[in-house]
Amino acid sequence: MDQLLQHGLNALMLGGTYALLGIGLTLIFGIMRVVNFTHGELYAFGAYMMYALVMLSGANFFVALVLAITLGAILGAALEFVLLRRLRGADIDTTMLVMIGAWIALQNAEQLAWTGVAKSINNPFPAAPLVIGVVSVSWNRVFVFVVALALIAATYGLINHTRLGKGMRATFQDRDTAALMGIQIGRIHTATFALGSALAAAAGALLGPVFVAYPSMGDLAAAKAFAIVILGGLGSIPGATVGGFILALVEELGASYISSGYRDAMGFLLIMLILVFKPTGLFAQKERIG
Amino acid sequence: MTAAALLAVRGLAVRFGGLTAIEDLTFEVTEGEVLALIGPNGAGKTSAFNAITGYLAPSGGEIVFAGVRLNGLKPHVIAKLGLVRTFQKTSVFGGRSALENILIGLHLRATQQPLAILCGLPSVAREERKLEQQAREILAFAGLGARADELGSALPYGEQRLLEIAIALAAKPKLLLLDEPVSGMNAVETQSFMAKLAEIRALGITVLLVEHDMKMVMGVSDRIVCLSQGRVIASGTPAQIRRDPEVIRAYLGEKYAHAHS
Amino acid sequence: MKGLATTLWVLFLFSLPLWMGNQYLLHVFVVTGIFIIAAMSLNLLLGYAGQLSLGHVAFFGIGAYASTLVSLGFSVHITPGTVLAMTPKPVWCGMLAAVVAAGACGWFIGRLAFKVRGAYFVIVSISFAEVVRLVALNWVELTQGPMALNNIPPLTLWLPGLGEHVFWKKPANYWLVLSIAIISYLIVRRLVRSRAGRAMVALRENEPLATSVGIDVTRYLVLATVVSAAMAGVAGALYAHYIRIVDPDVFLFIYTVTMVIMVVTGGKGTLAGPVVGGIIFGLLPEVLRAAAIPPEAQWIAYGMLMVMVVFFLPQGIVPALRHWWQRRQTSAAIVKAAS
Repeated sequence: MDQLLQHGLNALMLGGTYALLGIGLTLIFGIMRVVNFTHGELYAFGAYMMYALVMLSGANFFVALVLAITLGAILGAALEFVLLRRLRGADIDTTMLVMIGAWIALQNAEQLAWTGVAKSINNPFPAAPLVIGVVSVSWNRVFVFVVALALIAATYGLINHTRLGKGMRATFQDRDTAALMGIQIGRIHTATFALGSALAAAAGALLGPVFVAYPSMGDLAAAKAFAIVILGGLGSIPGATVGGFILALVEELGASYISSGYRDAMGFLLIMLILVFKPTGLFAQKERIG
Repeated sequence: MTAAALLAVRGLAVRFGGLTAIEDLTFEVTEGEVLALIGPNGAGKTSAFNAITGYLAPSGGEIVFAGVRLNGLKPHVIAKLGLVRTFQKTSVFGGRSALENILIGLHLRATQQPLAILCGLPSVAREERKLEQQAREILAFAGLGARADELGSALPYGEQRLLEIAIALAAKPKLLLLDEPVSGMNAVETQSFMAKLAEIRALGITVLLVEHDMKMVMGVSDRIVCLSQGRVIASGTPAQIRRDPEVIRAYLGEKYAHAHS
Repeated sequence: MKGLATTLWVLFLFSLPLWMGNQYLLHVFVVTGIFIIAAMSLNLLLGYAGQLSLGHVAFFGIGAYASTLVSLGFSVHITPGTVLAMTPKPVWCGMLAAVVAAGACGWFIGRLAFKVRGAYFVIVSISFAEVVRLVALNWVELTQGPMALNNIPPLTLWLPGLGEHVFWKKPANYWLVLSIAIISYLIVRRLVRSRAGRAMVALRENEPLATSVGIDVTRYLVLATVVSAAMAGVAGALYAHYIRIVDPDVFLFIYTVTMVIMVVTGGKGTLAGPVVGGIIFGLLPEVLRAAAIPPEAQWIAYGMLMVMVVFFLPQGIVPALRHWWQRRQTSAAIVKAAS
């Protein structure tokens, strides 16, 4: 039982960042209908920015976190502007191929810049874990969890209570009508991509100090993000949130009770099972695209 | 069901997303005739087409074609039985030449199996030559003989619609369903289409069409069925339909119905 | 005229090992040839049938492992009590196993492609390849995991009457790969110029119209995937017996990406596209390596090249060249007619 509780707690702590990844992707995938292969690279970017700011420039950890997220948003906006503007209205394979090209270029640029050696990032939290009864968790992870929740709440607020968010929701529901009603689709797209990228960068910036930063870390993160989006249903933020926690839990349990080697496979198996049996996900709001 | 009925639709109902597109539709198409489905917008005509040809699942009722129950069958199976349709929005293979469009339409008339194709058997080449000849004949019939090598999307609107019908004809239909075949056509094009329809009919093909152009409908149909709000409200010859008060009411409202009855 | 040019080309390619002494370059040609076969198979699925399948490397790797395991023999515990074992079989058995195993996976994916569409299928196909990679990595009893399967027997041809001929040397491997590449090209060409090929293209261009004339979606999707997968499996088997060592890295997504780049830049949906793309991206790494450019910079260049091809030559190189050639012909004809 204690084991189970510990697994549950681990999953909870990790689930928040997974949810961030998932929400970011479901927004981009849902509103822009783009298979965003660069999502994982933004995650890696967030982690590497933390490394650069904290370890190389000696910046304050919390300031670095805010900066990393902001830089992620800027990078996202730049990518959208340079790559995706021209392709608006193009079919899905074309945008997909461009995203693949961008992903290759980004990942290798990161490899070139930082070399393949894994980088660890110091955090200002006490090393001794927090013990609550029979379970324990490191302070770093608690911080990650709290910030993730805050960001999820902030995103939720943005989508549901601001004008920009309203525009996003309208574009998701029915792009053509939204355009006819005067919503600037171009701006919505840039904002969406920037927001999604910022969330991915945030996830990376939060988890970088927990684990390590290495050039291909984005690939696994992207895979998990896709799993979460499919689990939760395209375009559904509550779905992506719950999906993030479910994936973390499935991974935790799978790793302990089946085999740790297959931990990362859990996400993929989950994707395939869901798409075969319940293609619309758990919280689907709209029919599937394609 | 009368002996010569090729298509029998009985009590068809189509409901989706809380909307009832068709309530209770019953009519028959006799072999060799030209039957038109008319009715104001939203009466359920295209939904009826979609349900008959397998693109929409019926929520109730029955569709029987040449003795075979069509409910639940997939569109390509229905096509194989001899029921071919065209689409409301012009639908051709834009990226392919007109000739290739027809060749695709001839799919059911060809018999080569994948294994024979992979082995490159001479029967495959023979059939290909035969198919090309047939395709050119069909293009000529549709008046598109000179357009064989043009891309589908490059053809002017009127010719695209003709190509669409040619593709459907290639699939060797017993019953041809035409969804608003003359929409967007001018008077000249409509006239030549009506002549073409007579030729199609002479080939022994039964035709069921949906149309808004009343003049055209009155000119080509043997019988007309009028729908309103998912039900049949009148059926008969063009002359009968023209005077039917229900039809007038459905199209023009109460006042006119009283004025004519 | 066209037939003569092609024949000369083919003769030229066959003659290569006879006068080219550079063994390393020959090796590059062999590997490029194997990748061209894989690219042609992907083109059938991605270019003609229009399926966004990004898990293609799975078929390649499954072919490689199937052939390897059959030629090396294996023994695994299915359950703690029962053992499934096979003694080493001749290489041609392995190649056959590769075709069957890859083809079977293709059948599975083909049926899945019908249920799951568009962007979702992209994700499913990638996930499938990753799961296979992780299985290869973790099922150590069968695959030796990251420690790789080595000492794979080289390609062998058994001709009736002439006995076995083992391909130890590069030229022999080159000729075998070239022959199989030509056969693969012919298979794709036959399929594409037939009723089956037209059906696939019709499904890609306008599915509702295609079904309205009687084309069975599932049947032709599955056909495309099975043929495509089997061909990729053959390429994988060739790879395994040529390189003679195989590890789970053969399933890396980057190889799918390489194949996609070859197909897309060359021209998807054209017969020559994957060949042209394969030659460019098979030889380019060597050229760049000679110029002492680090591999990461190479990949950055590839990524940017892919983006630019999509922007400026969206159909790919082969169609762009064709259009340019046609325009030259037309303007030449106009000039001629005017004079």
